Amino acid sequence: MKTLLSLLLALALGSTAAQAESGNKYGGEDRGKPVLPSQSNNLWKQECGSCHLAFAPGLLPAESWRKVMGGLDKHFGADASLSPEENREISAFLVNNASNRWRAPTAPLRITETAWFKHKHRELAPGVWKRAAVKGPANCAACHTGADRGDFNEDRVRIPR
Amino acid sequence: MTRITLLLTALLAVVAQTALAASPSALLDTYRAAATKEEPGFRDFSAQRGEQFFHAKHGDTSCSTCHTDNPKAGGKHAKTGKAIEPLAPVANAKRLSDPVKVEKWFKRNCNDVLQRACTAREKGDFVAWLISVK
Repeated sequence: MKTLLSLLLALALGSTAAQAESGNKYGGEDRGKPVLPSQSNNLWKQECGSCHLAFAPGLLPAESWRKVMGGLDKHFGADASLSPEENREISAFLVNNASNRWRAPTAPLRITETAWFKHKHRELAPGVWKRAAVKGPANCAACHTGADRGDFNEDRVRIPR
Repeated sequence: MTRITLLLTALLAVVAQTALAASPSALLDTYRAAATKEEPGFRDFSAQRGEQFFHAKHGDTSCSTCHTDNPKAGGKHAKTGKAIEPLAPVANAKRLSDPVKVEKWFKRNCNDVLQRACTAREKGDFVAWLISVK
């Protein structure tokens, strides 16, 4: 009886540990660690950064990046098409450095639709996004001043008035 | 011997750089050849037509929606607010220096603003106007 109990206990503990290990945080929709690899990519920075912040690859899972890079001619309402060579290089950088903690079968196109993003920003009043200096939730650098270096540390957040 | 090698290397570097940073007039030559093919009666580009093209509204948008009405001024991406450097080479020396980049942005922006590709004449007119801005 005693052995059975300890066996059950071990199983229960084991499964909790396994669950934590498999990263069920944010329902499996977690950003990677790190979000930006130490070895960055110049073409990614230049091309993705010409209209908006070059979003770090770890913010989305690999499948999301495949979808984004497969539809650049209609990129959120704009033509952002690249040459096949450029597309290949940037896709490889994004996919190879995509979130390593994503466990859900989901692949959203928008970073703002991910569970980790919503959770992290849940305390913000909706009016903050509408401020002229913020201009919407896609403008990471408005508050995360080190966003271009992949620095999203909460302690360094400065929300403009 | 080393001096000759040095001299040759320097010369090669200059040649390579010139090839990379093609002049705006070379760009116009390319569009002129394409326009002649596209339009049998094509004569030459017109800076005036280029200026009209820049300001022309297509629905709610025009080129100046993001680039402002002044080609010597910096613009702002309509959606993201990201800064755009001036279009006229007189205000921004990097403009029109890379033909591949010029074509990349014509393709994107013509699709976004006109919902179609621009013709060689439209591109040439526009480039001719930008060069003429002093």
